[in-house]
Amino acid sequence: MSIVSDRQAGNLQPLQRSPLYWALADALVLAKRNLLQIPRIPELLVFATIQPVMFVLLFRYVFGGAISVRGTSYVNYLMAGIFVQTVAFGSAATGIGLAEDLHRGIVDRFRSLPMSRSAVLTGRTLADLVRNTFVVVVMLVVGLLVGFRPQGSALGWVAAIGLLLLLSFAFSWIGATIGLTVRSVEAAQSAGFIWLFPLTFASSAFVQTRTMPGWLQAFADHQPITAVVNGVRAPLLGQPLGSDSWAALAWCVGILLVFVPLSVSLYRRAIAR
Amino acid sequence: MTGSRAAILVEGLEKWYGKTHALCGLDLVAMEGTVLAVLGPNGAGKTTAVRILTTLLRPDAGRAEVAGLDVVWHAARLRSLIGLAGQYAAVDEYLTGWENLEMFGRLYHLSKFRARHRADELLERFDLVDAASRPVKTYSGGMRRRLDLAASLVISPPVLFLDEPTTGLDPRSRLAMWNIIGELVAGGTTVLLSTQYLDEADQLANRIAVIDHGRVIASGTSDELKAQVGRERLEAVVAPGSDLEAAVRALQPYAQGEMRVDVDRRCVTLPVTNGSGFLADVVRDLDAAGARLDDLALRRPTLDDVFLTLTGHEAEVTEGDDQIERASGRREEVA
Repeated sequence: MSIVSDRQAGNLQPLQRSPLYWALADALVLAKRNLLQIPRIPELLVFATIQPVMFVLLFRYVFGGAISVRGTSYVNYLMAGIFVQTVAFGSAATGIGLAEDLHRGIVDRFRSLPMSRSAVLTGRTLADLVRNTFVVVVMLVVGLLVGFRPQGSALGWVAAIGLLLLLSFAFSWIGATIGLTVRSVEAAQSAGFIWLFPLTFASSAFVQTRTMPGWLQAFADHQPITAVVNGVRAPLLGQPLGSDSWAALAWCVGILLVFVPLSVSLYRRAIAR
Repeated sequence: MTGSRAAILVEGLEKWYGKTHALCGLDLVAMEGTVLAVLGPNGAGKTTAVRILTTLLRPDAGRAEVAGLDVVWHAARLRSLIGLAGQYAAVDEYLTGWENLEMFGRLYHLSKFRARHRADELLERFDLVDAASRPVKTYSGGMRRRLDLAASLVISPPVLFLDEPTTGLDPRSRLAMWNIIGELVAGGTTVLLSTQYLDEADQLANRIAVIDHGRVIASGTSDELKAQVGRERLEAVVAPGSDLEAAVRALQPYAQGEMRVDVDRRCVTLPVTNGSGFLADVVRDLDAAGARLDDLALRRPTLDDVFLTLTGHEAEVTEGDDQIERASGRREEVA
């Protein structure tokens, strides 16, 4: 029978490559899988886009009039915050997707295959990076429509985009860790967002932190979202890169150093359902 | 095709989920090219055993070898030699059948060309060509299960684990699965089949291990297990108006134990020597005694009888036990 004879003929022998090669190759196979899903569940992408659009409109037209910022118009101030909030909230999708994979039992199959142990997570975080990039581009267009007028050099744009992508990738690993910890899809949906609210709102994303009470300002000035928002905002407004850019870089690298090994170790022990 | 080496060897396997003792010294052996059925109710430890043997779970004690490799120490190498298909069709809902198989081929580290070729081949073999470019969520239950089995056969693994492969399938799909499994075994694949269906074990397995509460309570061939439960029984229903007492007298010499007579049903039941060679004699003797028959049947003990005798409870088990196994699976995760 052909199912069996092919193995005997040696046609089904695995390729021999280094573990590093497979970590990357397997991750790309799974990134492709996750990207193929996107157009087949269009509602997910639609809602992932509508939510930040609502925030743009809300802050631009409802709250914006009551918020004054130094040195630029509020919409110019706002958009860096929106970009960062968009990719930060996008990290919840990473956790929800993994919780779904666990729930459906496909993780059992992945874990029984001779594939790289990190590939399911890397594949998903890479795919989420692509999806987040798409949503940020949509946000940029929406921003331009409501009066966002960025300045800044080409180099500044590269720095801002680079930092945004890095944050997206780093936060996806936090989302992955949450998804693998709570394990149920419903719990991943709430747990994936809940920690993001204090982090994004008690930051420089929508208001300047100097308007906050002292104790809150102390928190807001020393957390990753503020660092990344400032690191993205400065170059888009044509201001020089400051110490915030380096702090943002350090936060992202630090998050990756903690959450990549943590989530991979959780994944290795994960059992479906 | 039956080899003389053990493809699956399990000795004293133990697994705890918190305070639940899921496996309490499980022992199993499956020789190369044979089917071993692990038969037991929900919560007996079947899925735990399969998960340990497929490297998904580490045992707390004991030893397990598959294809000559230790499931803990040689887990990475072992994964290139096994296939796993289960009751929860573990394929991607949103990808097409072809995309699923190609993806699993790549993840088994076949070349892109081989993975594609293999996907085409398996779709054809499993009668899924028409559905190849449709997302799996549009598939019927039987089609999903076939795709799931196809995915486990991408590298044609020498050892295949099927965790309740036909649970929830309609009879026709079940029969189709049985045929495929039969062909695989004919081709030399060793199969460990966990099931709660007695007829499935009876139909497919060379040997059956009956497990309950995490240990093997009986094992052997289907016939050996049935022999443990008792002899075959002959049931004769004597036609109305015909002489029941004469029939009883004629049957007496064949009884290998106590004969029972149900006067209302006009039915005579007697334990007999195994084998059907004496049936012609029985019919002739009854005829000579002037007893006409409505029905004559040789009843073999079923695996249901086996299960009931061994465990003291029916093979069908309530939802509750299933939930215990799932809940304990969850506890394991947190630990």
